[in-house]
Amino acid sequence: MSKAFTVLDLLDLELRDHNALNLVCKAGRKGLAKPITQPDINRPGLALSGFFDDFNSRRLQLFGNGESAYIRKLEQENKWETVERIFQLEPPCIVFTNNHLPPDKVMQFSELHHVPVLSTSLGSADFSVRLIRTLADVFAPQRTVHGVFVEVSGMGVLLLGDSGVGKSEAALELIERGHRLVCDDAVDIRCVSGNTLLGKPVNPTLGHHLEVRGIGIINVAQLFGVSAIQFQKEIEMVIELELWDSNKEYERLGTKDQAVEILGVSMPSMTIPVKPGRNIAILIETAVMNHRLKQMGFHSAQEFNQNVIQWLESENARNVYLRKNKDSPVS
Amino acid sequence: MVEKDVTVKNRAGIHARPAGMIVTLANKFSSHIFIEKENEKINAKSIMGLITLGVLCNTVVKISANGTDEGAAVDALVKLIDNRFEE
Repeated sequence: MSKAFTVLDLLDLELRDHNALNLVCKAGRKGLAKPITQPDINRPGLALSGFFDDFNSRRLQLFGNGESAYIRKLEQENKWETVERIFQLEPPCIVFTNNHLPPDKVMQFSELHHVPVLSTSLGSADFSVRLIRTLADVFAPQRTVHGVFVEVSGMGVLLLGDSGVGKSEAALELIERGHRLVCDDAVDIRCVSGNTLLGKPVNPTLGHHLEVRGIGIINVAQLFGVSAIQFQKEIEMVIELELWDSNKEYERLGTKDQAVEILGVSMPSMTIPVKPGRNIAILIETAVMNHRLKQMGFHSAQEFNQNVIQWLESENARNVYLRKNKDSPVS
Repeated sequence: MVEKDVTVKNRAGIHARPAGMIVTLANKFSSHIFIEKENEKINAKSIMGLITLGVLCNTVVKISANGTDEGAAVDALVKLIDNRFEE
């Protein structure tokens, strides 16, 4: 990751529905620039009771029902040492779940030590799951790739190739044929949970535009409707477009499976040569359908080869039989 | 491989018009040309990539080229950016 991920970035994330964190900053705004360096959370129950061995202050601290109740008890007893010590250790931020509001004293510590206090309406279990999922995404290995990312028949297909080879034009025709655009030109790829590649526009506000030579920049969502766009998609296949090179051997049978590696994940790939008169969109569509068929266990090229072998064998047996019977005439 | 750092000095940064000029110029060369900002590297021949890079005024970008006319390509692009895209 190039830039540090700060608490402010966490608050700014546009997460919807079952991903929403519903975070609100309650105090310590000066500390919002603090970076979050670990994609994990800590429940500071032990620390509150005074046990600070192995206390991980670099993690986000989560105060759930139990911790909030304990703080209320500390408030009654007016014992603030452990709470203050947590703030002195300067964790990136402190989150209260279930809309719990910490006592004023905690707010004062927050302002004093520049540690933001956030609050969320979610319960602790729900919040931790969502946060860990979000942080895993943020901290996932990332790469920006020059290409066009489309969804063809529900499959995420990354189109690669040199500038001007016709990636955007192919995407345009795919959109016309009812498929979807995820992004054009700059694709932000993240590797999540070790073996899945997620692709999305580098900049969501500028995404879903296509640049087509001769026409200029077009807004795909406005022109073709929302059904023509997709915000994020798993990459399942890579298709490389290249100008037809008459000296190069292209795949004729399709019995061999190619793969490319992106961020350490091996992706099935295919090279499609481009020349005038070849309808690239239909080729891509067919390649994707054929790949799906393979995944479902039907390998067109191998199946065909099997049939050829079977036919040759039976033909061979027939010839042998006929030859034998010619030598020994039927009585 | 030729590399050069250059500061974008025009007030609006690299918006659509300057991006168009960079792409037009880059496409005159056969080398692979890249523009890099804070570890994000994009193809200088792609207009959408360049715009989404979000280069503001006073940002240092690294221009690199790889190919037969790499030197000329980098020099031409640096000159274009130094001249504030003739603004």
